[in-house]
Amino acid sequence: MDSQQPLRILIADDTDSDRLILESIVRREGHVPVSVADGRQAVEAFLEQRPDLVLMDALMPVMDGFEAAELIKARAGDELVPIIFLTSLSDTESLVRCLEAGGDDFISKPYNRVILQAKIKAFMRMRDMHRVVQQQRDQISLHNRQLLQEQEVAKKVFDNIAHTGCLDAPNVKYRLSPLAIFNGDVIVAAIRPSGSMMVLLGDFTGHGLPAAVGAMPLANCFYGMVKKGFAMVDILREINQKLKQTLPLGVFCCATMVELNFNSHRARIWNGGLPDCVLYRQRDGSLQPFRSSHLPLGILDDSAFKDDCLHVDMALGDKIYLWSDGIIEARNKSGEMFGEERLLEIFREANDGEAIFHRILDAVDTYCGGERNDDLSLIELTMTEQASVVSPREEPREHRYSGLQEWALSLRLEPSTLRLFDPLPLLLSILVEVPGLSSYSGRLYTLLAELYTNALEHGVLQLDSSLKGTSAGFAEYYRQRQQRLAELAAGHVDIRLRHKLLGNGGELTIIVEDSGPGFDYLQLRPLCPGADQFSGRGLGLIRQLSHAVEYRGNGSEVEVVFQWDAND
Amino acid sequence: MSDAVDENTLTMLKEVMEDDFGKLIDAYLDDCSRKMPQLPLLLESRDFEQLRRMAHSLKGASSNFGAHALTELCLQIELAAKAGEETGLEALVRAAGAEQQRVADALAAHR
Repeated sequence: MDSQQPLRILIADDTDSDRLILESIVRREGHVPVSVADGRQAVEAFLEQRPDLVLMDALMPVMDGFEAAELIKARAGDELVPIIFLTSLSDTESLVRCLEAGGDDFISKPYNRVILQAKIKAFMRMRDMHRVVQQQRDQISLHNRQLLQEQEVAKKVFDNIAHTGCLDAPNVKYRLSPLAIFNGDVIVAAIRPSGSMMVLLGDFTGHGLPAAVGAMPLANCFYGMVKKGFAMVDILREINQKLKQTLPLGVFCCATMVELNFNSHRARIWNGGLPDCVLYRQRDGSLQPFRSSHLPLGILDDSAFKDDCLHVDMALGDKIYLWSDGIIEARNKSGEMFGEERLLEIFREANDGEAIFHRILDAVDTYCGGERNDDLSLIELTMTEQASVVSPREEPREHRYSGLQEWALSLRLEPSTLRLFDPLPLLLSILVEVPGLSSYSGRLYTLLAELYTNALEHGVLQLDSSLKGTSAGFAEYYRQRQQRLAELAAGHVDIRLRHKLLGNGGELTIIVEDSGPGFDYLQLRPLCPGADQFSGRGLGLIRQLSHAVEYRGNGSEVEVVFQWDAND
Repeated sequence: MSDAVDENTLTMLKEVMEDDFGKLIDAYLDDCSRKMPQLPLLLESRDFEQLRRMAHSLKGASSNFGAHALTELCLQIELAAKAGEETGLEALVRAAGAEQQRVADALAAHR
């Protein structure tokens, strides 16, 4: 409100001459006087006319100024209505009564025009300020409500993305606050087509929405790529690059990513900026920490990004623990932090790995005085047999009536591509665009991987598979592979895919042809399926996974037919 | 010129009131003529509380006209009535009545 606007000023005084003088002064200042002669009239006039300011005589008949002031203040509520007592009272006791009744100031007789004018102005400034403060308060509370609503929406969007994973697998235990995303914490987990499990714990800098926005591209990237069979380093690189491109400077994501291979019982670990994660060995209770050896995601350009991972062998029942700094930095009532030492002590004292996860949570909760800690993220991953881990859940069909139906494609990979590019994720990403076929992505991945490896290694590079018979030969095989690949000047691999609809499903034909000299495939036929597991062309596996396999010509071309049924 | 009212105060009051100055004087004198005769009656009936209030009101109104002597007399009555000191009150009330008459005369000259 503008202080220059005329004000409505209530004058309550039982002496006619006093009232006349005040009315004149008020009018001459450009304001509008409303005059009454006792306290009761003053309260009534206040309710009817809502004056901006009240000049109130203390001693009046019917109802005195003290009582009237109290009633007016009570009815004014949040609104600031200054009351100035008109008084020639000079004893302290009476002045205190004026204040107790809600009086804001005094003005004494004889009335002085200049003083009254100054007081009116001062109170109007105060009232304007009060209005601004109230408006801002209302605005803040409105914004806060909006913010909470927006967070709720953001959380739902994120949950839709994040909860497509396999966090409910029996070998995973985790704790994550429902609103953790706004603390910057994020957990994603999914199973690759090959059957291994990928888990990522991330902790974005900051709090609130800025911390949450990065979780969306991260989760999207993670689930999209894991499903299509990308390798861990590719996924890390892609997430890093995406975060680097999208997030503002200073916002990044400390993260640990783990891949559990249930066939080889090995784990691969990459830690960028999170506290040590640990491997707990069930056999002897020993602990192996994995210190962060990389910068967090979203800081470095792709060219500077380091993707080297630590590899570790695990026995069945061994457990890997990941946590964000919420546990270590949890504080007790006197403000001391829980700290890493207390955490490690829980592992040392544990007799049984099964109890550790809940012991940690209980210990932190107890330490914090039983208060629920919202900033606490913890994951436990147990090495188990492949079969006990649920296979990737059938995705809710994203586009039922769209996607690839009948189609064919041909892809030729020349030396410069063969040297650096892994075509499997690309091919798989095309195959999963066929509605219904995505649930076979594991089998398709394995099929394509076998066929492509054969074509490249035995066909184009002409590596001798019998070398792989011994472990020294194995290493030699890969040495030769790398060397020949680097020196490769000519050659190619052709991959042709053709899909047609069939019954409730379809039929996918895969033809892989290489520029190599071929091989005598007729000789392989009598071999039993198990015989070519380590060397040869993995024919047993290919036959197992497909409906028909046929070598052609000199053996450098193979056709595999894969039939699928949506009702299977 | 009478010294019952302060000339400077009246000049300022005139400035504030402009055309309403006459109306103001009428209002004040009406008020006085209603309240002044009550003072001896309240004293007689020993209603000190009402006497105090009446004197307080007259004191405030008179101060606005620069009627210093009358204001002072009203203050004395107010204080004595509050303290319940009867001695001297009668003389004060009488003096106030006489002084009010002087004030009324002086103001009449300003109309």
